[in-house]
Amino acid sequence: MKRKALTEIVMQVIFFVAACASVLAVALICIFLFANGIPAMKEIGFVKFLTGTLWRPKNEIFGIFPMIVGSLYVTAGAIIIGVPIGILTAVFMAYYCPERIYKPLKAATELLAGIPSVIYGFFGLVVIVPLVREFGRTMGFHGNGNSILTASILLGMMILPTIIGLTESSLRAVPEQYYEGAVALGATHERSIFRVVIPAAKSGVIAALVLGIGRAIGETMAVIMVAGNQARMPEGIFRGVRTLTANIVIEMGYAAGLHREALIATGVVLFVFILILNFSVALLKRRSEHE
Amino acid sequence: MSRQGGSVKEKLKSYKRTPGSFIVMLLVLLAAIITFAALLFLIAYILVNGVPYLKPSLFSFTYTSDNASLMPALINTLIMTALSLLIAVPLGIFSAIYLVEYAKRGNKFVEIIRLTTETLQGIPSIVYGLFGMLFFVTFCHWGFSILAGAFTLSIMVLPLIMRSTEEALKSVPDSYREGSFGLGAGKLRTVFRIVLPSAVPGILAGVILAVGRIVGETAALIYTAGTLAKMPKNVMSSGRTLAVHMYNLASEGLYMDQAYATAVILLVLVVVINTLSGIAAKKLTKS
Repeated sequence: MKRKALTEIVMQVIFFVAACASVLAVALICIFLFANGIPAMKEIGFVKFLTGTLWRPKNEIFGIFPMIVGSLYVTAGAIIIGVPIGILTAVFMAYYCPERIYKPLKAATELLAGIPSVIYGFFGLVVIVPLVREFGRTMGFHGNGNSILTASILLGMMILPTIIGLTESSLRAVPEQYYEGAVALGATHERSIFRVVIPAAKSGVIAALVLGIGRAIGETMAVIMVAGNQARMPEGIFRGVRTLTANIVIEMGYAAGLHREALIATGVVLFVFILILNFSVALLKRRSEHE
Repeated sequence: MSRQGGSVKEKLKSYKRTPGSFIVMLLVLLAAIITFAALLFLIAYILVNGVPYLKPSLFSFTYTSDNASLMPALINTLIMTALSLLIAVPLGIFSAIYLVEYAKRGNKFVEIIRLTTETLQGIPSIVYGLFGMLFFVTFCHWGFSILAGAFTLSIMVLPLIMRSTEEALKSVPDSYREGSFGLGAGKLRTVFRIVLPSAVPGILAGVILAVGRIVGETAALIYTAGTLAKMPKNVMSSGRTLAVHMYNLASEGLYMDQAYATAVILLVLVVVINTLSGIAAKKLTKS
């Protein structure tokens, strides 16, 4: 009997230790990133590092402002393209979709989330880049198609499953009576959805938006393959751009010394962006739970 | 949840009085068509362009700059997946068991674990890659190795497995537990003999999704597992997975045909994995 009690206790300790793993992982990630990145930022100068518009590793000039702006541009582009389509598709899934085709379409959105970013990048490289190049030329812009616009279109496509999934579930969480009440008062199907149900699902839709931003800003491989990656201030949506994520992957292979540390510091900046986004999602969730 | 009643004609008639609603309805349909057409086009484009290049030389066991064989990468992917799961699955399941079965309600520590899991879930793969490079490759002196890659990926998929296991455990009715306790079984026995078996489909769905993420991951692996295109000797040797292989082919631009073919294999793998996960999840809701 006593032996049994012992195994119970031992296993309980093991479960507890396992549960600590995620806490430990986050702690280690923070420690190692900050310990390796902050000194470089200090050496370069915080302000100079964040607001410098020149990135010349050979001359020891490290300003990541072009990359910050680049990340923000492509993310904004992805939001402009992906969010309206995503939200409307979610409305379709929740309120328009005939029952027969609901299941295959739901599976399709999950597949959209499951496709690896290299595949998206490759698709962007062979399909979207030439399209944007032609489109840009007919509009009178020069450029080879590797541009902010291309990256925005591709990222807009990549954040669709995040937006659709979260928006749809928050739409479905709105009590049925809201919709029925609106229809009973004489509103059309559309007016009931867009004036009553969506405002009621607001916090879920905003959470979807923030997570979409997180996915777009953190995306690496797909962006590298289509964005051109020039480390200078972006000059228009048909011109190339380099994001924070791309900066790390492209140069880490041969970087050494301060250059390497500056790249890690780039990762720290990205990490802080993401932490802020995560934190705001957590806040949103708490708030909607309290309501 | 379709709420469309009446014939198409009647509906069109009712829209006549509300042109605004009609336009909104068209926009909704258009958005849905764009979404699903984009997915279909992507899959069709890669299949049509890639399938003709699926030649036997692509599956040769030795990689040369001539054949750009994907076989070593495929084997690396299998090893990487197995290793990562070996680490992440027990950890994930055990911590979910702690959260659902052992932790008391309102425990502050549980809150912290929730918060860190959510944080882990939002971290982009390149940050995992950087961490893996700093910690496993440099600090632990493992060098670019499959082991370093597997550890990095196991942290990445840990929250996925934790979450799905948690959901699956929560969906097991309390009466199962009470019945087991009533028959005199201890807590541990109840968890392993009663609760876990009924949660298997949900856990499986999460694990399969994790496999999908591991197979498709690139950014976290380039600077942890490296990009060597050869067969691995052991877990300490560098090796590229299929997704990394695909990235290298496409970015070098020399092997576009092989890149198309590799994309087909990768895409088929992902579709199969997704379907399996869907089947597993369906089983859970049925039982």
